[in-house]
Amino acid sequence: MPEVRVRKRVTVVEEIFHEGGPVSTEPLRRAVALAVIDNPFAGKYVAEISGFMDDLKPLGLEMAESLVAALGDAPEVIQGYGKGAIVGSAGEIEHGALWHVPGGYAMREVLGGAKAIVASTKKVGGPGTRLDVPITHSNASYVRSHFDAIEVGIADAPRADEILLALVMTTGPRVHARVGGLKASEIKGEDGLR
Amino acid sequence: MKARIRKLAIFLEETRNEMGRPIDPPTRRAAAVAVIENPHAGKYVEDLSELMAIGEELGELLTQRAIAALGIPGSSAESYGKAAAVGENGELEHAAAILHPKLGAPVRRVLGKGAALIPSSKKRGGLGVVLDIPLGHKDAAFVRSHFDGMEVRLNDAPRANEIMVAIAVTDSGRPLARVGGLTKDQIKGEDGLR
Repeated sequence: MPEVRVRKRVTVVEEIFHEGGPVSTEPLRRAVALAVIDNPFAGKYVAEISGFMDDLKPLGLEMAESLVAALGDAPEVIQGYGKGAIVGSAGEIEHGALWHVPGGYAMREVLGGAKAIVASTKKVGGPGTRLDVPITHSNASYVRSHFDAIEVGIADAPRADEILLALVMTTGPRVHARVGGLKASEIKGEDGLR
Repeated sequence: MKARIRKLAIFLEETRNEMGRPIDPPTRRAAAVAVIENPHAGKYVEDLSELMAIGEELGELLTQRAIAALGIPGSSAESYGKAAAVGENGELEHAAAILHPKLGAPVRRVLGKGAALIPSSKKRGGLGVVLDIPLGHKDAAFVRSHFDGMEVRLNDAPRANEIMVAIAVTDSGRPLARVGGLTKDQIKGEDGLR
């Protein structure tokens, strides 16, 4: 399979102190790691593409490690995660699906075994396309306070023959979470759901 | 702190490849953005000194955040720029009060130097408005390789009564600069221009 060639990396870190309500003593922090890579399958139908998932693993790890570093270098502070991909116009949505395994693997690896499925989304789009990457609790998908999403995008990517890959992590619930449901303190941690 | 900050966001970009050519070392730039309450939203206020004081504290905070993201000492910064977007209940003059009278001194203090004018842009807009922060070399405005711009955007800002303030800092110019003009090794550094 072809080498993974990165044109550009982008990291975004947000610190949210309040959203009109009480100012949080510990701000919610959310970080995004983006990588723009060549799409080796652009412009043609290639039947066998799955080997590229292994090639993406080192990049996934680099991105996941950069998120942990951006949020304070301590994997134990991470409570939520998600992933996504935007495929440039000369590619197909299936190329975005190549990110499921290496992206999820990388985050579990650096977090030391997070249990929940990694929420994800993907689309085909041009430069500047925005993607709302879904976020859930990393150990129990049903934790309602941690359902969130973060918008990502880069003005000049993805070009037609590129793929934009995204990983996101957060350090806690929505800043004024108060709509009930399963709480992080009630997680059983057996099935990744509750 | 005078500014009531709802949110901080730090954007870090690294270009490793451009038009198939490796960029080694990668060009890197960071933007730090604060979303603050506009104390004068919805009314005409003659004296804007409160916003000027906010500009002074944000000048220091955002510049420190930007160089921290780049992982460089202030003295290694090469270019800079600033911008602000005022929510719909504010006026353009509020952005001017933050950006122009007092913000520059702490930026230059953090970076050690900065003889050149800090290029700026401002606008009024709604949530998700795009800020194109102009960039120029910090010691000599005519250095052609460093004329650039960096786009930042937050989908949830500025709300009507908010102001979004951004400072961008780089450790490099454009990735494949080759249109001549004054180069950084020719800087005299006397007048901020050449």
